[in-house]
Amino acid sequence: MSTLATHDRFGIFGGRYVPETLIPALEALDQALTQALADPAFRSEIDDLLGTYVGRPSPLSTAPRLSALAGAPVYLKREDLNHTGAHKINNTVGQAVLARRMGKRRIIAETGAGQHGVATATICARFGLQCVVYMGTEDMRRQELNVYRMRLMGATVTPVDSGTRTLKDATTEAIRDWVTNVNDSHYIIGSVVGPAPYPRMVREFQSVIGREARRQILERAGRLPHTVVACVGGGSNAIGIFSGFVDDRAVELIGVEAGGEGLDTDRHAASLTRGTPGVLHGSLSYLLQDAAGQVHPAHSISAGLDYPGVGPEHAYLKDSGRATYVAVSDAEALAAFELLSRSEGIIPALETAHAVAWVAAQAGRWQADQPVLLCVSGRGDKDVGQVSALGLGAGEAAGGVGRAGAAGAAPVGETSRR
Amino acid sequence: MSAGALASRFTALRQARRRALVCYVTAGFPDAAATVTLVQGLAAAGADVIELGIPFSDPLADGPVIQGSSQRALDNGMTYEGALALIGRARVDVPIILFTYLNPLLAAGPDALRRAVDAGAAGVLVTDLPVGADPPREEWLGSSGLAFVRLVAPTTPPARMAEIARHGSGFVYLISRLGVTGERADLPPELPLTVQRLRSATDLPVCVGFGIARRDQATAVGRLADGIVVGSALVAAAGRSIDGAIDLARELRRGLDAAGGELPGAGAPTRAAGEASRATPPA
Repeated sequence: MSTLATHDRFGIFGGRYVPETLIPALEALDQALTQALADPAFRSEIDDLLGTYVGRPSPLSTAPRLSALAGAPVYLKREDLNHTGAHKINNTVGQAVLARRMGKRRIIAETGAGQHGVATATICARFGLQCVVYMGTEDMRRQELNVYRMRLMGATVTPVDSGTRTLKDATTEAIRDWVTNVNDSHYIIGSVVGPAPYPRMVREFQSVIGREARRQILERAGRLPHTVVACVGGGSNAIGIFSGFVDDRAVELIGVEAGGEGLDTDRHAASLTRGTPGVLHGSLSYLLQDAAGQVHPAHSISAGLDYPGVGPEHAYLKDSGRATYVAVSDAEALAAFELLSRSEGIIPALETAHAVAWVAAQAGRWQADQPVLLCVSGRGDKDVGQVSALGLGAGEAAGGVGRAGAAGAAPVGETSRR
Repeated sequence: MSAGALASRFTALRQARRRALVCYVTAGFPDAAATVTLVQGLAAAGADVIELGIPFSDPLADGPVIQGSSQRALDNGMTYEGALALIGRARVDVPIILFTYLNPLLAAGPDALRRAVDAGAAGVLVTDLPVGADPPREEWLGSSGLAFVRLVAPTTPPARMAEIARHGSGFVYLISRLGVTGERADLPPELPLTVQRLRSATDLPVCVGFGIARRDQATAVGRLADGIVVGSALVAAAGRSIDGAIDLARELRRGLDAAGGELPGAGAPTRAAGEASRATPPA
């Protein structure tokens, strides 16, 4: 019988918990992926697009003032400099090339912050593929600019008004579309979530982050990083950068979840830190749920982290102890949004700001020769409207003096300059 | 009631050349008391099997009607335990199978299925647990004493149809079309061929669901298959009035009865009973 191969589980996590209608499509996808990955032409087509269209390799930047604050040399892996402004395009390029090989002309995607939706609309425009993006109405409100960008590139953005009107419900609706149009459509999931082979496939396409970063930090720092840090919603930028170091047992891997209004409130998105194993959107992983197995609504100021589940490989990395997961609150993330903008001239996505906040708060944790690698998963232009509407982020701008912002991270002063 | 009840029901139906009317209701919609009234009314109107839906927050195989009913049921406080209690309150002489997503079932704990048997359930159907997806949990369901009803989709290749039927009992639920649950104007043109392919893969009774809402559709499908499953149309009607939903069931019963007689390609009725006895719970 067609039991799943073990490569479709991460320990006990993952699997293929979907309606029967999708099983043949997932098996076909699995086969097409295996064949494609063995085909040098597939790899070179993707590499060519990543080089000439996305702008890879993305740079590794030093971050002198953040380094002073953290007490260790911090290196930033600049996924924010990719075309479309986030790591998401690494995955959509790979999946779109695969979909085209499979003869699928219609692409479905879900989006939270809109970055994955934009990255999907982008490659669909480039390839002339039809593109339908599902997006919660709450996220459409928070991320108006990205809605416009998707529509500008010819995508149909379909509002989702059910449930919490965020990423979870957009994902559910995208799966419903796929069940209905499975014969001519490919569903480009935006993170390392969903039924097998999606988590493995998305990791494959995001692993370019880790491969580049490993080579770059060895060149620049002359050694492996002591710690690799990335934010985790579904977890694709984290899996991408972790994949370059997971076999280097001495390298510490830290995933930063969205702590929302606090882990002791019911308003956060920290699935790994506070969730329990459960099945959502086709895989078994950690999940925010109540005792009856009903999915608990997530909350984060960052639309891209506002998801009650998490990729199954993260669940495995947590349980096996290989990675450690922590949480950072909305307020701390907002402070870090401003911190990185002022101290390094890099406006990070609110998602990324969670990882920045954690690093900034770790003074004394590292020695001066222990490099820290931080994945800047995306740029924050999309968040500027939302943050300014909160009345944050531009305080004391006239004086030009850095300040910490809302809460949490320590101020960046003259002493932090090198 | 347990797996045997479903098997004997289908054996009796085949002997009587009667097509099965399988009616879906969402537990707790429009409220718990109305669910009991509805189940009793459907049984009296000629339902042969009741599917009792356990509401789930993220029902990805369902269309807007069942989504809405599930949310309403959850808002009413319906739970797995609450749904089991409805079986005892309804006290109908019709086998009741639980229709659920995997997560609420897992959350109900390792003895969830034993409690379902004790409560009088005859079977279980898990929307998001396809054959081969999780052998240990499928074994848990297959050996629970409940009939384990599996689904076949229009996309399922013939070899997999046989495999699905081998790992199921009671009947096979054939999804008539791509997509989520909900009423549709027409039956898919390829349905007769799909039923025929499934027939050659199994002797289990075949019930067809997704999109069936009208009497003429019931007759048309009744000429092909052992029965029909009606969900969204009944739930939508129940949202307006319980009596209206019961009237619809009566109407569908008449439609099915117009399709009675010998079923083309149906296997011997003994197979259904045999499958069920295999699923007898351990002592």
